[in-house]
Amino acid sequence: MTCKCENNCADQKEQELLKIIEKHKGKKGALIPVLHDAQDLYGYLPLQVQKIISEQMNIPLAEIYGVVTFYTQFSLHKKGKYQIRVCLGTACYVKGSGKIYEELKKELNLSGDGTTEDGLFSLESCRCIGACGLAPVIMINDDVYGELTPADIPEIIKKYRDRKQGQ
Amino acid sequence: MSKMVTLTIDGIEVKAPEGSTVLEAAKLANIKIPTLCYLKGINEIGACRICVVDVGAKNLQAACVYPVAEGMKVITNSPKVREARRVTLELILSNHDRKCLTCVRNENCELQNLAKELHVDDIRFEGKTNEYTIDDFSDSIVRDPNKCILCRRCVSVCKNIQTVSAIETNERGFDTIVASPFNMSLKDTPCVNCGQCINVCPVGALREKDNIDRVWKALADPDLHVVVQTAPAVRVAIGEEFGLPIGTRCTGKMVAALKRLGFDKVFDTNTGADLTIMEEGTELIERIKNGGKLPLITSCSPGWIKFIEHNYPDLLDHLSTCKSPQIMLGAIIKSYYAKKMGIDPAKIFVVSVMPCTAKKFEVKRPELSATGYPDVDVSITTREAARMIKEAGIDFNSLPDEHFDDPMGDATGAAVIFGATGGVMEAALRTVVDLLTGKDNEDIEYKAVRGLDGIKVAEVKAGDLTLRAAVAHGLANARKIMDQIREGKADYHFVEIMACPGGCINGGGQPIQPAKVRNEIDVCAERAKAIYSEDENNPIRKSHKNEKIKKLYEEFLEKPGSRKAHELLHTHYHQRENYPEECCGIV
Repeated sequence: MTCKCENNCADQKEQELLKIIEKHKGKKGALIPVLHDAQDLYGYLPLQVQKIISEQMNIPLAEIYGVVTFYTQFSLHKKGKYQIRVCLGTACYVKGSGKIYEELKKELNLSGDGTTEDGLFSLESCRCIGACGLAPVIMINDDVYGELTPADIPEIIKKYRDRKQGQ
Repeated sequence: MSKMVTLTIDGIEVKAPEGSTVLEAAKLANIKIPTLCYLKGINEIGACRICVVDVGAKNLQAACVYPVAEGMKVITNSPKVREARRVTLELILSNHDRKCLTCVRNENCELQNLAKELHVDDIRFEGKTNEYTIDDFSDSIVRDPNKCILCRRCVSVCKNIQTVSAIETNERGFDTIVASPFNMSLKDTPCVNCGQCINVCPVGALREKDNIDRVWKALADPDLHVVVQTAPAVRVAIGEEFGLPIGTRCTGKMVAALKRLGFDKVFDTNTGADLTIMEEGTELIERIKNGGKLPLITSCSPGWIKFIEHNYPDLLDHLSTCKSPQIMLGAIIKSYYAKKMGIDPAKIFVVSVMPCTAKKFEVKRPELSATGYPDVDVSITTREAARMIKEAGIDFNSLPDEHFDDPMGDATGAAVIFGATGGVMEAALRTVVDLLTGKDNEDIEYKAVRGLDGIKVAEVKAGDLTLRAAVAHGLANARKIMDQIREGKADYHFVEIMACPGGCINGGGQPIQPAKVRNEIDVCAERAKAIYSEDENNPIRKSHKNEKIKKLYEEFLEKPGSRKAHELLHTHYHQRENYPEECCGIV
């Protein structure tokens, strides 16, 4: 992986990845724990990371990619600075979270789950996040927003956009 | 003997070995249970649910994986079972691109046949269907996920039999797709183009890259001298495309058919095989005498070559530098034959009919153009050749036997056995032992290297020397030998490796036999019998006794391993990267 900054953080990350693999290597069912830790490290599981795991663990890349795409918890795409999760579980959905999701897509100019071009936001639909009493619910990083209507969305997003400018 | 258990299937008492499946037990009672994803020895995973039966449990069970038990009562034919199978099949069909009329597998499609067998006269389910991009970037294999029924046979053969794993089952639920990682084209993966995935595909989701149009175009061009050459394994399989029994020898009819298609000359790739033995045998003797890199490994199989380039680049110097027989012959056609006939090599168009899909990739290797033109212009599979013969309206089965053309038509029995696993080794031994002992040895049938065991080893006395030989076919077996070599644990002189299980007779370009045939008949063994009978019926059974080859050396190449031979008949290999990072998905 090529890193634009000067302090070799990509190499550092790769060293950490190798340590993660070393920790789990040889154990039965080691792949999924390695993928979890690798995703925590990188935020997602791009080709380069999967290739390192494949070579080090002697598991074909195709098999790894099959596992990564089977489980929704793994991501192939870089997440935004602010990760928005929209609950489309039953309780939220009947309370109109589908419309919230549509509004977020419009606001972020995305066609579905994904990351905005500036890398600031990523949108992800998910199942229950355990706050059904507040339905419909979204989370932005660790902040929870409940009892939403589509009209609330632009202001919430603006708050995070302004935060970026403020920094 | 394993313990037998007694069960009843549809009221019929059956004794079946403990551990066998309901499907196997039903076969013993002559009860047919329909299957779709099941392919004996390759894919036994109960994925498609077509073979469901009632074993008295709450849910219907997949017969192909459900083990028999003492006293079990199985019902294979009840309204519940029939309805379940039918609904399953209708659901599969509802998301299948049903362009049967224009499908390469029309009339040889396991899904089509099953729909007929299960009397599906309507598909009740309509709704969303998947629409995928067809991957036709590979020179050898076209992958059309719109026709895929997710049986996973291709995944299994690629992963378990070949240890290539270029494709896998990705995503989940309705989005499930058999594809390469990151939706890369097969072209950008370690796919070796062996085409075993095509041979196991029940439908038209995997097929060869069709090059027929290029051949028709060349044949119609009055300025071109169009010659064709046919590999050993084609002649014992092409008859299957015309309804002849598996293992029918069709050499004469095949030649006659190709002449009628309009080729100016029909040559035998076996001549290239004899030439390979002369060059490779010489290479082996030199390496043994001069302390060269051993074991020497054969280089005829282009699937195997790509496999070693991806997986064992550190061992490339073990490979023989010999080009494969088809490429050698192509180079000789465009040099020696061109000169002899006074034809400009630019005007010669060489077509090869091969049992192989990897040959399509091989002919496009830029280094394989000794005369400045590609040694072989187009390679087509046995199946494509049969399609051309059908399209031309030639009645194959009533053709007379005709003979290959001079000067590349009289090859030996040693050459024809190249088509079966162990054949190159046996042919090489016939020549090398004679050359090393200076005698015309009569014991020429090296049975230890024949047959379908995954890895075969033999020790052969040649004067003072004991030649140690090993043969592997199927890339999982090749991997075992290569690991031994890498660890320094293999003290063989000579190793033969063929990418496809069984060798070229079971190549990825051969006629496709459906599961119902493959589950009952050992197709490889039948085709191999025909190959060995071609050998037995040939009066000359040693490559160095081929008069045409002798003449070729006298008139043109001087001697095996000469400078000229190296220019025309030898090549080099290079490491290939697995999944280059600049490659992105095709969707």
